[in-house]
Amino acid sequence: MERENLNEELNKWRSEVEGLKDRKKNFDTISGEPIDALYTPLDTDELDYGKDLGFPGRYPYTRGVQPNMYRGRLWTMRQFSGFGDASDSNNRYRYLLGQGQTGLSVAFDMPTIMGYDSDHERSLGEVGRCGVAIDSLEDMEVLFDGIPLDRVTTSMTINGPAAVLWAMYLANAEKQGISLNNVGGTIQNDILKEYIAQKSWIFPPEPSMRLITDIFAFAADHVPKWNTISISGYHIREAGSTAVQELAFTLADGFAYVEAGIKAGLNVDRFAPRLSFFFNAHMDFFEEICKYRAARRIWARRMKEKYGAKDPRSLKLRFHTQTAGCSLTAQEPENNIVRTAMEALSAILGGTQSLHTNSMDEVMALPTEKAVKIALRTQQVIAHESGVANTIDPLAGSYFVESLTDKMEAEAEVYFERIDQLGGVLAAIDSGFFQQEIADAAYIYQKAVDSCERVVVGVNRYNCEEPMQIDLLKIDPDVEEKQVGRLKLLRERRDNQALTRSLDDLKSGAAGSDNLIPKILAAVKLYATEGEIVTALKEVFGEYKEKPLF
Amino acid sequence: MDVKAKKIRVLVAKPGLDGHDRGARVVARALRDAGMEVIYTGLHQTPEQVAETALQEDVDVVGLSILSGAHMTLAPKIRHLLNEKDMKDVLFLVGGIIPEEDAEKLIAAGTADQIFTPGDPLDKIIDYINAKFASAE
Repeated sequence: MERENLNEELNKWRSEVEGLKDRKKNFDTISGEPIDALYTPLDTDELDYGKDLGFPGRYPYTRGVQPNMYRGRLWTMRQFSGFGDASDSNNRYRYLLGQGQTGLSVAFDMPTIMGYDSDHERSLGEVGRCGVAIDSLEDMEVLFDGIPLDRVTTSMTINGPAAVLWAMYLANAEKQGISLNNVGGTIQNDILKEYIAQKSWIFPPEPSMRLITDIFAFAADHVPKWNTISISGYHIREAGSTAVQELAFTLADGFAYVEAGIKAGLNVDRFAPRLSFFFNAHMDFFEEICKYRAARRIWARRMKEKYGAKDPRSLKLRFHTQTAGCSLTAQEPENNIVRTAMEALSAILGGTQSLHTNSMDEVMALPTEKAVKIALRTQQVIAHESGVANTIDPLAGSYFVESLTDKMEAEAEVYFERIDQLGGVLAAIDSGFFQQEIADAAYIYQKAVDSCERVVVGVNRYNCEEPMQIDLLKIDPDVEEKQVGRLKLLRERRDNQALTRSLDDLKSGAAGSDNLIPKILAAVKLYATEGEIVTALKEVFGEYKEKPLF
Repeated sequence: MDVKAKKIRVLVAKPGLDGHDRGARVVARALRDAGMEVIYTGLHQTPEQVAETALQEDVDVVGLSILSGAHMTLAPKIRHLLNEKDMKDVLFLVGGIIPEEDAEKLIAAGTADQIFTPGDPLDKIIDYINAKFASAE
């Protein structure tokens, strides 16, 4: 059909539809993005296949980062897991690997995340509660006992003290007799989104960024298969952002890390290939798919055009996805299995490299073995039964999907401009820009749910009063005491004189400009605890403080 | 009750190490929009800091937000410190990821006056607080 005719026919159709009554006033995405009743070739007539989509594994990577995508290898099924002490979590990892999981992902407890040892007074009541307690190399040895670190890749969700936990992982791999050349995995190591959304920070921005670029440089030389950072939108979204905010703020953080690496004297192609990303998969199916596609295209274009990257690996946005914890409901928790399945499908249709599917009970506690098995099976059913992994980027060319992908890219560009006007990501954090944008979006969403404008099944619609009981995982109440006891023995057993010298050396390194990773590794090998290393660094770097706002 | 003369003063507090402040901030804003005087502590507060702020700000309500699983340690400790500071009458609310079994224990022990969990509408919290103070007048 000619364009002119199409326009005419479309108008005819519109006037016909105008007379029909819609079942509600607004049709929009969960992020509030208005959605038209129909998309046609008119919405995509500026799309240039070669320039905007291209082929999988080729610039601008809109259709995927690998040439054969899931026909070559399925995404890595990587369930985020950790609770109690190292031995409890080791048992869960072995169980998951036995059930066909293909990668590990470590959840640490709050004291570990915040850089406190289990016997610190601030750790009271928190040890092993929402992740595994790791205090020293000794715990890391137990955590991966019997798991070959050259054959399994491990992701570790750790940010403020990322360098310390990474050093423990590397030291443990060496003890297993594995060359660092063959060790693969990811550390989250994304401090910017901590200041923005997740709020688990330790040091102020400047020394935090220095630790990150030290990791970039050390990995480039010694641990070439390691993803040195996982630039995360997940937590930004969980804190209440819209999909476009997640997209824009995450990529803006990514560009800030690239600029920090370049400023630290590194060639962009030396570290950019090991940058990776982490996105949320929320409930609005198509909006999520478009978000992933837009993210790949924006990253590739900027890396090439603005930062002059030449290595194709620097242009590829590889990402992990986790289904949205904040979409789960405490009411009728079994419904969460369905929500998670939908979200997982969007991540796969959007070309994710690895995936965590939430367990139905995670809104109330860490998951039971049964719940996590269903979550893993959800991925396996999609992978092997649904047929969606047979062809690459199957939604490309959809008038709706291409048009929404373009729109999200354009809206992200508007945010990039605003962030630039504010003086960059760090200045925008300092002024509370991201935090306020997210808080506003979270409040608008909650009001819409409370007024039933947004339906949440089983919560504000079709809700029944009777509680549906499911079994929850209970953390052994003695975990804290046992962990503290082991730590006490370790402190007595090790060479404390050598340790003090090593920590002094670390402090003088921190005051200077040497790469700190070799010094942290040396301390870790002497069984310095995480808290001791973090305390030494705090003496030099200080601590971050946030202005509370709501 | 004369609303202008006497606004209900609420401390929204984030004790412990977890940084999940979405709920705390949304609730703080809703209470403010409902006409209450709201003070938000910010993150990573020790029990002592929470109790001290409650005393200094002379609040009528203390609302804790805890999503790290440490509620069975932190909530009783803060309640105890408030009692020590002669703040026995303060309305003590706990919100967050609190399994039902724990919620029952916290209420039975007299630690918390009420527990709010994911899925509870903001109005439920607002109405609960207003009702408590209306009947107290």
